[in-house]
Amino acid sequence: MRNYDKLIFELSRPGRRGYSLPPLDVEMEDINNLIPENLQRKTDNRLPEVSENDIMRHYVNISNKNYGVDTGFYPLGSCTMKYNPKINEDMATFFQTLHPLQDENTVQGALKLMYELSEFLAEITGMAKVSLTPFAGAHGELAGMMIMKAYHEKHKDFKRTKVIVPDSAHGTNPASAAIAGFDIVEIKSNEDGTVNLEALKAALNDEIAGIMLTNPNTLGIFEKDILEITRLVHEAGGLLYYDGANLNAIMGEVRPGDMGFDIIHLNLHKTFSTPHGGGGPGSGPVGVRKHLVEFLPKPHIEFKDNKYILNCDCPDSIGRLGNFYGNFGVLVRAYTYILTMGKVGLKHASRMAVLNANYLETKLKDDYLLAIDGICKHECVFSGLNDKSTGVTALDVAKGLLEFGYHAPTIYFPLIVDQAIMIEPTETESLETLNEFVSIMKKIAQIAKEDPEYLKHAPYSTPVRRLDEAKAARNPILKYEEPHE
Amino acid sequence: MKVLEGLYYSKEHEWVRVEGNKAYIGITDFATHSLGDIVYVELPELDAELAKNDVLGVVESVKAASDVYTPVSGVVVEVNEALADQPELLNEDPYTNYLAVLELTNESELEELMNSTEYEAFCENQ
Repeated sequence: MRNYDKLIFELSRPGRRGYSLPPLDVEMEDINNLIPENLQRKTDNRLPEVSENDIMRHYVNISNKNYGVDTGFYPLGSCTMKYNPKINEDMATFFQTLHPLQDENTVQGALKLMYELSEFLAEITGMAKVSLTPFAGAHGELAGMMIMKAYHEKHKDFKRTKVIVPDSAHGTNPASAAIAGFDIVEIKSNEDGTVNLEALKAALNDEIAGIMLTNPNTLGIFEKDILEITRLVHEAGGLLYYDGANLNAIMGEVRPGDMGFDIIHLNLHKTFSTPHGGGGPGSGPVGVRKHLVEFLPKPHIEFKDNKYILNCDCPDSIGRLGNFYGNFGVLVRAYTYILTMGKVGLKHASRMAVLNANYLETKLKDDYLLAIDGICKHECVFSGLNDKSTGVTALDVAKGLLEFGYHAPTIYFPLIVDQAIMIEPTETESLETLNEFVSIMKKIAQIAKEDPEYLKHAPYSTPVRRLDEAKAARNPILKYEEPHE
Repeated sequence: MKVLEGLYYSKEHEWVRVEGNKAYIGITDFATHSLGDIVYVELPELDAELAKNDVLGVVESVKAASDVYTPVSGVVVEVNEALADQPELLNEDPYTNYLAVLELTNESELEELMNSTEYEAFCENQ
């Protein structure tokens, strides 16, 4: 069924149904008595009319085209595509019938779970308190930047309108700071992507609200000057924001709070194994040290008089970030993950993640050009093939991997590496899986020498081949257009 | 890679063509090749006063979005509006399709830029 490519609208036939209802046994009511006329739909809603069988086959067939962590190895750098243990899914089903508008007395168990999860995350990161509300990583970044702003404004330090972002940062960092109303000061990194202390010193002044950093950085290198960096920024009156995207490298070993960071966001969907990769749902809790707790988004979950409560009386809070309390289903999975792993397990996970990345780095560096030669953390970055004479690009290598049944690594990021190929194996892969991947990568390097044209046109056997990305970006068709009769 | 004689070049891969006191500014063939297919171009506003190294615009490709910096100071007197609907023009002919025209306010800045021979050598080391 590889070539299945129908839209559900195309299966629709007038009058076809997936249900049958008994005759109406109450009196018909005129719709105008129930819904004001101005709120009534005037045109047909054009829902597809299909049988249950049609729906089943349609979705099973399109899901068969999917590639996920449950299908195979998924070395997408910076995304921590670790396996999501199915006990997490089991636990999530317990909470399916809850409604977010229920009285808090009737959801004490759910509130307890959220309270305890935020305590766990605070302990793991070295923060005083964590809010679970942000719906994804970049939302957590935005919350963190709003907290930074609220802090300076509370101290009437209105001059601090700029945020420093290194040129190796995730693109979401400058975007989040800009949305929060800051101007961005970009500083050049050292060759290994670490912060250039001289550039940092030159950028620091009384207009700097803070800095956004990822540690280990996007090249998978730990900032060895981190204590000096946090000291310099604090002395200049700024705050330090920790992008938790790469926490999987250091979880249980070292804590951002102990490094001197003031604000952090975490990606539960990366580090804490909850499913992602299809566009969500994510979860990006934001944590802060003691002097910033009052600014956290509301409501604050608290434990008072033997009862869990949602406290909305937080005058200095940056406010609500959305309806209700975050992506609760993701929180249940992360809570389950932390409890099943335990303190020893979490530490072991990040050690294995680092070991796996270094194993791949060592095995592949004869064929692929290492961006930074040396020990990496949880991911390794190559700058294309060692042999530059073949004309085979990072994109061609990635497309070759698709042909051989793998998900591609991240390519062309970080931007400071030419032809970047960023590989993050995570801890949940066995030695056998890593060895198979190494042999395929070596095979691709061999093909690049012998038959580069083969890679230039790969993949061949996937449901779709090379897409016209430029056309998709220039002329996107975002909704189904009914064919003209 | 194509480099035209008679233009000034910056290390950020912008080119400048001077006509009288006007400077036509675009991005080089090297830049468009490393960006790949360009899908969106953001242009400056008319009459904007820009200092050297200010952001002149943004070029977005299927790979990444990049700021374009003006290598010279000046006032924006014209923008190439055709790029709004046809960003691919930058890939097709980067030296004809300028982003904007600036009225120069400090001509001496041109001396800090590279000529075509220097730029060619610079790109070889990239």
